[in-house]
Amino acid sequence: MTTIAPVAFRRTVELTIDGRAVTAREGATVLEACRAAGVEIPTLCYLETLTPVNVCRVCVVEVEGGRALVPACSRPVAAGMVVRTDSDRVRTSRRMVLELLASSVDLSTAAGDVHRWIGEYGARPERHGPSAPAAPTRPHAGHHAEPEVGSAATVVQPVKRDNNLYVRDYAKCILCYKCVEACGEDAQNTFAIAVAGRGFDAHISTELDVALPESACVYCGNCIGVCPTGALMFVTEHDLRATGDWDEDRQAVTRTVCPYCGVGCNLEVHVQDDRIVKVTSPLDHDVTSGNLCVKGRFGFAYVEASG
Amino acid sequence: MDLRTTGAPPDARERQAVDSVLGPPESGWAGGERTPGDGRAAAGGLARARRRRQVLLPALHALQDRVGWISLPALGYLCQRLDLAPAEAYGVASAYALFSFEPGPPVVVHVCDDVACRAACGGDPAAVLAARVGPAGSGATLTWQPSPCLGHCEHGSAALVLETGEPGARMTLAPFAAGDIERIRSLGGSLGGALDPDVLPAPRAIVPQAAGEGLRILRRVGRIDPASIDAYRAAGGYEALRRALQLGPAGVIGELKESKLLGRGGAAFPTGTKWEAVARNPARPHYFVANADESEPGTFKDRVLIDHDPYAVVEALTVAGLTTGAEQGFVYVRGEYPLAVARLEHAAAEARSRGLLGEDVMGSGLRFDLEVRRGAGAYIAGEETALFNSIEGRRPEPRNKPPYPVDRGLFDKPTGVNNVETLLSVLEVLTVGGGAYARLGTPESTGTRLFCLSGRVVRPGLYELEMGTTLRALLTMGGGVAGGRPLRAVLLGGAAGSFVGPDELDLPLSFEGVRAAGATLGSGVVVVLDDTVDVADIVRRVARFFRDESCGQCVPCRVGTQRQEEALGRLAAGRPLGSLDAELALLSDLDAVMRDASICGLGQTASSLVASALRRGLLSPAHGGPGAGPVADGRSAI
Amino acid sequence: MFGAGGGTSSYREIEETDLVVLWGSNAREAHPIFFHHLLKGLRRGARLFAVDPRRSPSAQWADAWLGIDVGSDIALANAVGNEIIRSGLVNTEFIRRATTGFEEYAAAIAPCTLEEGERLTGVPAALIAELAHEYARAPRAQLCWTLGITEHHTATDNVLALCNLALLTGHVGRYGSGLVPLRGQNNVQGGGDMGALPNKFPGFQDVEDDAVRARFDARWGVRVPPRRGWHLSQMFEAMEKGELRALYVLGENPAQSEADTKRAVRLLEGLEHLVVQDIFLTRTAQLADVVLPAAVAAFETEGTVTSSERRVQRLRPALPPPGEARDDLSILADLSEKLGARWDRPSAEEVWDECRALSPMHAGMRYDRLEALGGIQWPCPSEDHPGTVFLHGRLWDEDPERRGSPAPFSPVEYEPPLDGLSEEFPVRLTTGRRLDSFNTGVQTGSYASPLRRPETIDLCPEDLERLGVGEGELVRVSSRRGAITVPVRLDRSLRPGLAFMTMHFPDQADTNVLTLDSWDPKSGTAEFKATAIRIDPLPAAGDSLLAGTLERAG
Repeated sequence: MTTIAPVAFRRTVELTIDGRAVTAREGATVLEACRAAGVEIPTLCYLETLTPVNVCRVCVVEVEGGRALVPACSRPVAAGMVVRTDSDRVRTSRRMVLELLASSVDLSTAAGDVHRWIGEYGARPERHGPSAPAAPTRPHAGHHAEPEVGSAATVVQPVKRDNNLYVRDYAKCILCYKCVEACGEDAQNTFAIAVAGRGFDAHISTELDVALPESACVYCGNCIGVCPTGALMFVTEHDLRATGDWDEDRQAVTRTVCPYCGVGCNLEVHVQDDRIVKVTSPLDHDVTSGNLCVKGRFGFAYVEASG
Repeated sequence: MDLRTTGAPPDARERQAVDSVLGPPESGWAGGERTPGDGRAAAGGLARARRRRQVLLPALHALQDRVGWISLPALGYLCQRLDLAPAEAYGVASAYALFSFEPGPPVVVHVCDDVACRAACGGDPAAVLAARVGPAGSGATLTWQPSPCLGHCEHGSAALVLETGEPGARMTLAPFAAGDIERIRSLGGSLGGALDPDVLPAPRAIVPQAAGEGLRILRRVGRIDPASIDAYRAAGGYEALRRALQLGPAGVIGELKESKLLGRGGAAFPTGTKWEAVARNPARPHYFVANADESEPGTFKDRVLIDHDPYAVVEALTVAGLTTGAEQGFVYVRGEYPLAVARLEHAAAEARSRGLLGEDVMGSGLRFDLEVRRGAGAYIAGEETALFNSIEGRRPEPRNKPPYPVDRGLFDKPTGVNNVETLLSVLEVLTVGGGAYARLGTPESTGTRLFCLSGRVVRPGLYELEMGTTLRALLTMGGGVAGGRPLRAVLLGGAAGSFVGPDELDLPLSFEGVRAAGATLGSGVVVVLDDTVDVADIVRRVARFFRDESCGQCVPCRVGTQRQEEALGRLAAGRPLGSLDAELALLSDLDAVMRDASICGLGQTASSLVASALRRGLLSPAHGGPGAGPVADGRSAI
Repeated sequence: MFGAGGGTSSYREIEETDLVVLWGSNAREAHPIFFHHLLKGLRRGARLFAVDPRRSPSAQWADAWLGIDVGSDIALANAVGNEIIRSGLVNTEFIRRATTGFEEYAAAIAPCTLEEGERLTGVPAALIAELAHEYARAPRAQLCWTLGITEHHTATDNVLALCNLALLTGHVGRYGSGLVPLRGQNNVQGGGDMGALPNKFPGFQDVEDDAVRARFDARWGVRVPPRRGWHLSQMFEAMEKGELRALYVLGENPAQSEADTKRAVRLLEGLEHLVVQDIFLTRTAQLADVVLPAAVAAFETEGTVTSSERRVQRLRPALPPPGEARDDLSILADLSEKLGARWDRPSAEEVWDECRALSPMHAGMRYDRLEALGGIQWPCPSEDHPGTVFLHGRLWDEDPERRGSPAPFSPVEYEPPLDGLSEEFPVRLTTGRRLDSFNTGVQTGSYASPLRRPETIDLCPEDLERLGVGEGELVRVSSRRGAITVPVRLDRSLRPGLAFMTMHFPDQADTNVLTLDSWDPKSGTAEFKATAIRIDPLPAAGDSLLAGTLERAG
């Protein structure tokens, strides 16, 4: 019996992060090197299981010799690289990225880190003015109506609730591309959604914005699993939040194995008041990398039905 | 792939449009008649789907051209043919301004309201037109809508007329006047035959310099028949290719290095070095791309070159391909340049028939061919990596760099990419020799450069000057400010450029000269603004342009361009949020985040002109005002 | 394979292989997360061949789909094998060192030419050749299958036919090359591992091996009967003969899941005593004398399951079981006391530790190690062993001693499905799963799947036209055993003469009324995949209403 799989020989490079000499694996990203060195880099569109798209730009750092700042999440380390993660330029850009998002997106259910960073970097979304009302129609690429003087445009749009399993509230969407990647090449390969339109009007959409039941969606919910802002949510969570009954302090998360086919997907079962309110899968388990199918993620009603 | 498309079948026109690009379906699985063999075998797979995807943009064009819009069943059929998910195809299509997703009138007139035409017309051309013929978007058989720069700035006004159908029509009118709308309407229905030059003439080339005045790249423009390969050869065409074949790749690269030619696309990268990096890259195949997605407001030089000297583009790209080891080239022409596309396709076909493209180029035994690709209304597609994505059938979003195109470009393979002016400069290098070329211009900026002179100037047009010539000399050649009025500023470089004041006219037009002045040559844009022009309005138009043309990928540019436009709107309305200082601080912060943290050059320069105007105090309401009127007699003021 | 009842490879190997053959497996719908790993492989450039009567969602990802006739897998495998041999693409060195019986195999399949293959399977000869050449030439190749291979009366032979191909080419025992049967339920593999087979103890140890049995006898303090038991199909035969009169069913629903359900229900009803332990009052439970309400294993109990890559993982209770329901272990412990044994209510971990003590391949899998490592793949013979990524690496060992006993070629012959097509039953019905449903729908029936639609008989457009029925219209589907009424659905992935149904909605349309209960004598699996049927349009709606009225009146 052979027990060892091939492991590539790993080389390392030396670089400097905030004045400290650091050794990193060759091919590692600046983000990985920073994390290994205990330097916090905020990220929004980055996820270990997805290909970096480096679009949110909140992870930018200053690399000596470069004109613009570089995204830590996707820039590979290089020997002799001198990285600064806390310069004025870096702080200004991060503050502004957070400010621009907070002024245009409803971040009320975003991960706690986002709110901490907004405070730490001193983002002031309110200085762009009060939120403008929703536009009646989405502009065609290359055209848009003159902005209302004095208000700040947002990505607000009506909540999409077109199926029984999950809710899409794109007013909370920061366009991190994670759901598109999870639905597409990085995991599910169903391609039910994509980024459509462009510029400020870019948005996540099915083909011609048809409802999910008319789309290619197979309800794996892997998009929910990666959404950092709660724009995509289980119906159970959405409804409990709506009535003010969602309480993570009262929830226990238990790891078990999916009851269906023989692949052995790990489930994280979130239970509140003896009720399953959500199912996720661990990102760091190499059977699923956080992904499930519709049965594994949503097919738990029978547990309650049996009672 | 296990695609799910709408069950509704396309109508016959839609099917024909798609099949006109893809050919008839090869099996029942691809939407053809089902045969017994289909029940036993099917080909598919990712490799096949990847190969097909690059046909997406041409097929979307076919639907738009013939049917006038892209319906769900049409998209479904196209996706079935390409093995592509409809949501992805929609994501791609909806990133372009020239594709519609609902039916509309058969004729749409896109009227330029961008900076150069705005300056030339003395106000907003769209507003004038709306007053004359009714609001944009109305009309059952013909409608009009405002458009970003159509690249005919030397004419002072322009419109792109698109008629749906088979054959349909795509043509540019420049200059364009409101009366043209009535003339088109009166043609009733089909414009197919209206390409008749007596009815709707094609724009003429305006190269004000005389033949003896040092024209090199422009020497054939307007002086030979652009449809005749014999005329081209008689005027010295294809001598550079012959020379390149004698020199071999190493020799050509040597000449380029000696010439010190820098790219004219904006980044001013040494051309010889770039070609060498592609040529030496061991990965295969290689590609070479001519970037003719000229969309920078105020720019028309590449369009003039392609319209009037198309064989030169074909020859130059052939030289580039043979030198860098690429057997396949692409010319990516912006979708708003129908004449350029037609002339290039004709030139390529002629060249092919003469053995100057294809399996055995000029008897060398070497293979090279090229394909002409049409953009579809997206400034960002001119960014080289966004351009690759566009050719590949993906959203025209810039890629993160590194990797650079010479390592992983088009289809992830080593790729050379140059803009049209650079490629034609290569022909000149081969014609005169690298050393002689290097003696033109300044030591750091060798050779000649094209300048697109427009706005409130007596003789607008395309000029070719040795690098280092002063801005004053250019304006003088152009006859000075129209009507002898005082110059307020020159918009130099394009929407991503800067303003130059009347006190800086001795600025040498070289890379190092403008850099020292904190400006950029950009794409050679020189828009003359006199004291009648509302500069704040020009700046707001540029802000709107960036807001419209941002791909939306990264936060700084996607939201920043929106916030910048909003802030300028508040300033223009005299309704700052908080204090004026607070607004200026906000604009400065937006400038910082867009410049430092955007993915690509569009975002990084989207605030350049605003910042430049602020530095020069050009945004205060005292500067300029509407209603100044047209620059010269006989020129349209819409 | 070659002795051990488990797939040879790990999921991550399929991400790094060069070629995948998906044979009788619609993993896209039936094993979606395994398919994610496969997709990663495809994105890295692996080629995919799919062998399936339908151009299923999985087959639509394939570079080439081979639309085989239902049940002709052996004919195809033998033609592929013969073509590999004929083209000189066999791995001579591997065959010489690590296998036996090549000559006999080669001779046995010599008549299986490409043309013969095409005649028996319907797949074009050129495509058979392409599969043969690409599989043999690929540096690494994975052969994966599911119930399309095993739900046939020739199930075991089907598997052997595929194993022969791996031996021919050396596509086994190396990282990235292997044979992967995908398990249909979360603990099918674990059930086998734990000895839920008529002839095995935990760890695939033979009940009829005296030395093995002696260890179990000693540990348990009882004498284990020295003979193998019955598998499921044999049990039903025994019921038929009156040899089996009492049955204790745990978590199965044979009244709906068995082929030829009319017979199954009759036999279950004829039992003297039936005990059913389940989470629901299933159709089977409704027939029972005693019903023991059970906890839901995955959500309400402690224990382990084994996946298709031989990975043992822990189940943990997230919820208390409702009402009087209890976990299987405590029910069994109580039952043991009533029967006079003293199990002292062991915890799941204590039971597992006993298993580790008796089953060498599980010996190293302490609970805390399972936790820390995210599961462990057997064999894991000691507590410092990391588990085994792939099996049979020994076959490649230079040292004959370590290489051990060679793997035998097993020539097998093609036999057509038992339920033959005829003028009366001219259409081949095959069965399978849908993405959002599972088995007889006991677990999946209650969640609000937007994908769910009622049972249909799926037919190609040509057959719809031939029958003169439109989508959604009801038809009568009959086999030699029974008939049901079900609506028609158009499915372009089928061809004329091939129909498809699921088993997910037995209360609406009991597909297994149609299927044949003939089973593979070697594995006991029934031939769910190949039924001969006829399809008759029902009289027009008005007529049938009238007929119904008359019937009732009569």
